[in-house]
Amino acid sequence: MTLLQLPNPGLEDRILSHEELDKLETEEAGRGDRPKWDNKTQYMLTCVGFCVGLGNVWRFPYLCQSHGGGAFMIPFLILLVLEGVPLLHLEFAIGQRLRKGSLGVWSTIHPYLAGVGIASMFVSLMISLYYNTIMAWVMWYLFNSFQETLPWSQCPLNYNLTGLVSECEQSSPVDYFWYRETLNTTPDIGANGGLQWWMVLCLVSAWAVLYICIIRGIETTGKAVYVTSTLPYVVLSIFLIRGLTLKGSLSGVVFLFTPNLTELTNPTTWLDAGAQVFYSFSIAFGGLISFSSYNSVHNNCEQDAVIISAVNGFTSVYAATVIYTIIGFRATERFDNCLGGNILALLNTFDLPEGNVTESNYDQVLQSLNGTYPEVIQGLNLKTCDLNTFLSEGVEGTGLAFIVFTEAITKMPASPVWSVLFFIMLFCLGLSSMFGNIEGVLVPLQDLGVFPKSWPKESTTGITCVLCCIVGLIFVQGSGNYWLSLFDSFAGSIPLLIIAFCEMVGVVYLYGIDRFNDDIEFMIGHKPNFFWQITWRFLSPAIMLVIFVFYFITKVTETLLYKTWNPESENFPTLEEKPYPAWIYVIIFILAGIPSLAVPGTALFRCLRRKRSRKSEQQELKTVCNQMDVNDKAQDGESRT
Amino acid sequence: MLVRILVLLYLAGAPALAQTLCQPNASNGYRVRISIKTALGNQAYEWNENEMFLFRATMAFAMRRCYKTETYNVDNIIVCNQTLRVSFWFVVTSPENSTMLIPKADVEKAVSMSRHRINNAFLLTDRTLEFLGIHPTLAEPVNPDTPPWLIVFGVVIGAVFAGIIALLVSSLLQKRRKEKGMMEDGQDEEDMQVKGVENGNVLDGIYNRGFTDDDRFTKL
Repeated sequence: MTLLQLPNPGLEDRILSHEELDKLETEEAGRGDRPKWDNKTQYMLTCVGFCVGLGNVWRFPYLCQSHGGGAFMIPFLILLVLEGVPLLHLEFAIGQRLRKGSLGVWSTIHPYLAGVGIASMFVSLMISLYYNTIMAWVMWYLFNSFQETLPWSQCPLNYNLTGLVSECEQSSPVDYFWYRETLNTTPDIGANGGLQWWMVLCLVSAWAVLYICIIRGIETTGKAVYVTSTLPYVVLSIFLIRGLTLKGSLSGVVFLFTPNLTELTNPTTWLDAGAQVFYSFSIAFGGLISFSSYNSVHNNCEQDAVIISAVNGFTSVYAATVIYTIIGFRATERFDNCLGGNILALLNTFDLPEGNVTESNYDQVLQSLNGTYPEVIQGLNLKTCDLNTFLSEGVEGTGLAFIVFTEAITKMPASPVWSVLFFIMLFCLGLSSMFGNIEGVLVPLQDLGVFPKSWPKESTTGITCVLCCIVGLIFVQGSGNYWLSLFDSFAGSIPLLIIAFCEMVGVVYLYGIDRFNDDIEFMIGHKPNFFWQITWRFLSPAIMLVIFVFYFITKVTETLLYKTWNPESENFPTLEEKPYPAWIYVIIFILAGIPSLAVPGTALFRCLRRKRSRKSEQQELKTVCNQMDVNDKAQDGESRT
Repeated sequence: MLVRILVLLYLAGAPALAQTLCQPNASNGYRVRISIKTALGNQAYEWNENEMFLFRATMAFAMRRCYKTETYNVDNIIVCNQTLRVSFWFVVTSPENSTMLIPKADVEKAVSMSRHRINNAFLLTDRTLEFLGIHPTLAEPVNPDTPPWLIVFGVVIGAVFAGIIALLVSSLLQKRRKEKGMMEDGQDEEDMQVKGVENGNVLDGIYNRGFTDDDRFTKL
């Protein structure tokens, strides 16, 4: 059923036929041309590690809780099946079939599509730069966890030793440690604040650890993933058991999963679910295509796609449960402290014996006292304590890991142990995602021929790591945090949607869905069924398009504000929202515009180059024909005379 | 007789005098607030006259410890306005003149000095045994010579760099072994080539250094 097939001359010449693939498979594999996985487990663990990342831990729980709890599972699972699994299967299959990295694959399908590969490389590069800075932050917290009293559990004393540091006193010890002692953040993005030497050391160590894991490509990565992909699950389970024994954990879990079906009518819920599925699967980075190209030709990529999607979905839900047991514990602690503070105020003001006012009769006592002494009660300024408010102080991203969770850890007995475990888990989650990001950068660089082929792999990876580390120094300045969220919002969002859409269109309509079906039949033994046909041809591209349009509109229409930590501001410690300065828009255009424009740009460039080379070919042919004509005429002339 | 009347008057009047000395919001008095149940939970003890006696004795001890020249007694600590909260006011009189009160600042100094001992006598802390108006002393921060994180960083980075160097060296050695292996293979092929040439087979590609010297002579 070929509805639409764009003309694609010369495709047969660019790809290996099925017979050639079989021959490649049976011939001696020890050629060393293309690396191979040692076993299937390494491949699966690497893909799982790439997909399961920090987003599963700190983005999904927030979305779940803010979009109606258990009800969010419905759009999430529907879009997982309709959007995530088909895209994943497509990338695995095309990589396994064409046996090249992302740039090679798209150039092979059609030379004009090379822009997709270049855009993938650019996006992977931008994301690698800032992602490893998050790893540096995680390492900083990890290094600081090896102390009996965690440094973020109490405020330091000020210079005269008369009291606590005022910035810390006004906010909280965890906020102070994050914003001042870790980031040493400046009040706005223009003031760069200089390099923070301790963060530079942590950045160097993050890149060094990454380098040692990728030094020989998948030979070393394949060994590293045995630890980095499995350890997070172990730590999550330990935290689950610990969390369930803490007071208030179940209220957190109940709060997370209580469904609110009215949220399903809100289009933002569906958009956020779609975006979360898309970004969580690390599609369009090019790393997954590379990884699956190292497989044997007859590997069952359909099964792999389904398994990895299921694992990713399960991990999101599991991590959300664990996180919310701890958040429930923290919210209950805060609630108890709030209520305890109010009760103490009442006891002290009215000189009542201890134990007269407890949590159970607090409301009654307050009412009766309010009846008899209303002015006194007013003067006390009692805070309203509501557990649900504390629970819905939903934080996501770095705030969840470095502020909320660290605070909860300080309240648990044996805090250093839990802190070390938590940050090791975050480090492993991030490192395994970095393997995929860097793969998406290194393989296209090799394909473009940036490094000479004679250079050993160790030096190419080394040079890439060193250069990325140097550029990444932007993010360890005083204003580094603001740069990071800028990169996060713009480099990693719109371009990926465009690339994924072009991938689908390219495979289905340029490569040909019929040819693709035949390839899959050749590789795994049976043709992809009706579900795959429908999703590849219509559903998934349509979903991508809808998400892209809405995302684009929201990003373009909203006024760009960013949140700053400004001790001088009025509402300190609430983060102050400031508009971006004008020159930032240039940076935003570079981040989001260049990868997106690389797709049509490269196509145009190649088109023009081909036309020019055709013209010169034609001219050469003309002169050759003329010459032959003259020769013939001369011969005829000779023969006649 | 007169002496007896005077003694009776004094005995009657002393507590009254003491009461006028100790009043809520007195300029030289401090308010104390005790929260035993918060501190000890199930093991809380009852606050009674004996505990109050211990308090007065502890305060006398604190005054003695601070002002070593004067001998304070339990009688010098006067307590009043005890509430069910367990809070009360106290003032300190001078041992020489029982009508003279010790100024607030001196009392504060004595309390701050022996705060830890006073807390321990009642199994309480700065938060649960409050002297309203006297701030708790702040603990001295422990400043290690090298920050602990730097030590962990050193260990990690040392291990990582050692690993990197080990891997690079091992890949260099592997390469050299491969090259050596190829050279040895080359010599084997040379021997085979000698035999092979006799049989008429030509093996390709390896420059046979064994014949280099002959080449020079054949130029003639």
